[in-house]
Amino acid sequence: MTLLSGPPHVVTAGVDLLREALDAQAVPTTPVDWRPPLPGTAGALARVLADPRRRAANERAVHRLTSSRPLLVGVRRASELLDLPQPMFLHAGPPLDWERASGPMRGALIGAMLLEGYALAEEDARARLESGAVRLEPCHHHRTVGPMAGVVSPSMWMFEVRDDVHEGVAYCSLNEGLGRVLRYGAYGPEVLDRLGWMDRVLGPVLSAAVELAGPIDLRALAAQALQMGDELHNRNRAATSLLLRELAPYVVNAAPGHAAEVLRFVGGNDHFFLNAAMAAAKVSADAARDVPGSSLVVAMARNGTDFGVQVSGLGDRWFTGPAGVPDGLYLGAYGPADANPDIGDSTITETAGLGGFAMAAAPAIVRFVGGEVADAVAATRSMYEITLAEHPAYQIPALGFRGTPVGIDVTLVARTGLLPVVNTGIAGRVAGTGQVGAGLVSPPVEAFTSALLALAESALDPFDQ
Amino acid sequence: MSSAVVVRAGVYHDSVTLMRVSRALSDLPGMDVALVAMATELNLAMARDLGFDPPPAGPADLLVALRGQDVAAAERELDRLLSALSSARGSSGSSSYGLAGAEGPPPRTTRSAAARAGEDAGVALISVPGEHVLPEAVDAVEAGLDVMIFSDGVPVWQEVLLKRLAAEHGVLVMGPDCGTAVIAGVGLGFANVLRPGPVGVVAASGTGAQQVTSLLDLAGVGVRHVLGVGGRDLSREVGGLSAVRALRLLDEDPATELIVLVSKPPDPEVARAVQEVVESLRTPVVPALTGRDDLTDAAERVLRALGTPVPAWPSWPAPARRPPKPGAVRGLYAGGTLCAEAAAIAASGPGAASASGAAPGSWSGSESGSEAGAGTGSGEASGRGSGEFVDFGDDAYTRGRAHPLIDPALRLDALARVGPGEVALLDVVLGHGADPDPAASLAPAVARCPAAAVVVALVGTEGDPQGLHRQAAAFREAGASVFVSNAQAARYARDLR
Repeated sequence: MTLLSGPPHVVTAGVDLLREALDAQAVPTTPVDWRPPLPGTAGALARVLADPRRRAANERAVHRLTSSRPLLVGVRRASELLDLPQPMFLHAGPPLDWERASGPMRGALIGAMLLEGYALAEEDARARLESGAVRLEPCHHHRTVGPMAGVVSPSMWMFEVRDDVHEGVAYCSLNEGLGRVLRYGAYGPEVLDRLGWMDRVLGPVLSAAVELAGPIDLRALAAQALQMGDELHNRNRAATSLLLRELAPYVVNAAPGHAAEVLRFVGGNDHFFLNAAMAAAKVSADAARDVPGSSLVVAMARNGTDFGVQVSGLGDRWFTGPAGVPDGLYLGAYGPADANPDIGDSTITETAGLGGFAMAAAPAIVRFVGGEVADAVAATRSMYEITLAEHPAYQIPALGFRGTPVGIDVTLVARTGLLPVVNTGIAGRVAGTGQVGAGLVSPPVEAFTSALLALAESALDPFDQ
Repeated sequence: MSSAVVVRAGVYHDSVTLMRVSRALSDLPGMDVALVAMATELNLAMARDLGFDPPPAGPADLLVALRGQDVAAAERELDRLLSALSSARGSSGSSSYGLAGAEGPPPRTTRSAAARAGEDAGVALISVPGEHVLPEAVDAVEAGLDVMIFSDGVPVWQEVLLKRLAAEHGVLVMGPDCGTAVIAGVGLGFANVLRPGPVGVVAASGTGAQQVTSLLDLAGVGVRHVLGVGGRDLSREVGGLSAVRALRLLDEDPATELIVLVSKPPDPEVARAVQEVVESLRTPVVPALTGRDDLTDAAERVLRALGTPVPAWPSWPAPARRPPKPGAVRGLYAGGTLCAEAAAIAASGPGAASASGAAPGSWSGSESGSEAGAGTGSGEASGRGSGEFVDFGDDAYTRGRAHPLIDPALRLDALARVGPGEVALLDVVLGHGADPDPAASLAPAVARCPAAAVVVALVGTEGDPQGLHRQAAAFREAGASVFVSNAQAARYARDLR
């Protein structure tokens, strides 16, 4: 239809009176619920929107994100996969030192010192960490993600996930279960005992089973799980069951003597799949990195102190703000006063169109995070306003099999003031406590505004030939 | 008497809507002050000037300051008005997604709205504040929509960028600062209700186009499309990008038999380029260059080109209340082009039909000095010793308030301050989008105006929601002379004795 061929349907943004004038002429309209952008961003928005690379760059970046095909190809020790000169640990979120580390992060680092035998007692571990003798680097700098504290030490077993479309690879540690666990900063004997068993039994058995099974299509498992009520961040029950179904025969074949305890452990941990989902999300998001001019978010991560984002067109730079305290439900006698600020790399799931962005697929968890089913639907719907695409494989039955919103665009966050919806677990504030609850958290606005200002600085002048 | 000042965080409405809400609350019995506005620095300062102590707030928050006998009742009325607005906005959104009955939140960007409207969407009408226009307009162009940008205050580099982008995407950008458009009979922005017919208009001047098309309508000639291009389109920087595209669109439209191009005299180089395009078209083009020939002349040339008789333009002259000082005309205008035209006529000698020596209807004649006295740019200009003309629609007067076609406050104030020896000359522009009854506020001010005489240029059609003759009658009753031709109104005001 050309402009002059008939009365138009009009999209209106701005003065409502002008829309009313169209109503009075019986002209159909679709009004924008427009509001001013985040304070101080108007000039930067204009420069970024005017960057001649932006549109094609974003199309390319989000296409790479959604077309990746993550496959679980192995379970191997971190020391085999990663360059971890002793003593060095990886941690969740943007860069951090001991001094600024929160309780659960410190607890997990102490636990890792004990696990690796770098220290024999807590006090010794604490002193060595305090002295700066142990190198700390973000998981994200090593193609890795870690839930909650996200501490990775050389002996830990990792999921190895390959993207056979873009040839990427990403890693994530194995999930320890709920309650008092290292990733929530607990490092008591039962935590270390469990890690020891994972080291001796779970890791080797899973490694052998995956090798027998051959590559497992995580994208297909995640897509099925979304249709079974998971959102792949706070609910992984269906996906864990699906993975268990895939692996069980091979676990039995690989290690008949240990099969029962391994299957019982995996089956007893509803979050076992989360770590695989995170590695899958990481390998997908990494495929979208380093597209010059792109305003696509390729990582959101928290270290318990800062919330950071990385943007495709801005390389490895982090843009951070203070991590917020999640709003949610608490276990037992715990309450908000016991909660640590937001922590973990698991926001990579939201970055890849899962988790909070797929809430509408998981009505069962809304009670856990406090709310109504309608809130879950509204959360997902609002995320379409800040994302560049709808995921071709991840679909939501309740929304007519619409693809999940995927590919956060920094400019859309600044324009709408809508922040990514993040589902998360809540860690106890004091080192060694463990998980105290789960809920929703809002990222800090300044992480996105500072990323936008940096994009504006690096934007090309549209009039430079 | 009690008062209240509250901030509603994160509640946003556009400035025109809030002006109407403020006015409705002010009209409540016993209400002294009702300020409902976004909490910009300007509005917070205004609240403080009015004796309120507003809490800290930002431009994304709604500021409500009330003083009167029943503040609680005013707040209830405010809630009622705002909730009526929200439900009106929500109900026109359409979405095919979702759980049964769940509509989903309304779209927050033009990009999102265009996606929801899908194949249906044809045009985006953008009227957000100028500094925020670019993202919405880029969204529209990239979604393949033609765009009308009503807003002013858009930097010229952004206009050039948008128009180049539009060329890549094969769409038309009308504006920025495009006040009027008519597409297949549908009026966008400030638009008169015109009978359908063979004429298409390309307009770099909104009120200029409204004058020409209203006169054509009165003469029985219909107009199907008016494509505004924005006042800067034919400048050297922009290079007529949208004018050329609009000319070609109208040329391809089988129903358009004649094209009128309304503009200030363009940059000479742009004029040559446009002239080349004009010569390549199958459809004849009649130029109406404001400041060089008057708009009424242009409308008459169109009529002659179509072989239609030129009527006597309706007018209702009234005698002066007392003899004015010769030539002391005070122009109080809402339309920039109408203001410039009247100022040029008032500055020329009696009997001069046209403000310049250039041949009427020629494109690229020498630049004459006839644009002096135009109220564009600074918004205020003095004719040559013949009074003062103010364009209240200029950016300088519309920053932080609505256009005078909607908000009469500044002109009401100015009317009260016209000198007793002067002739007040004002335009009243009718149509969709404009004040639904301008005479309701302006006619009493005209009656009270201390001027020796008041002359009204009434631009509109009988089909307009306000009704041309109804408005004319109200102004005549208030003692004004009324003309449908702005040029005739200006000459009458100039020559009154």
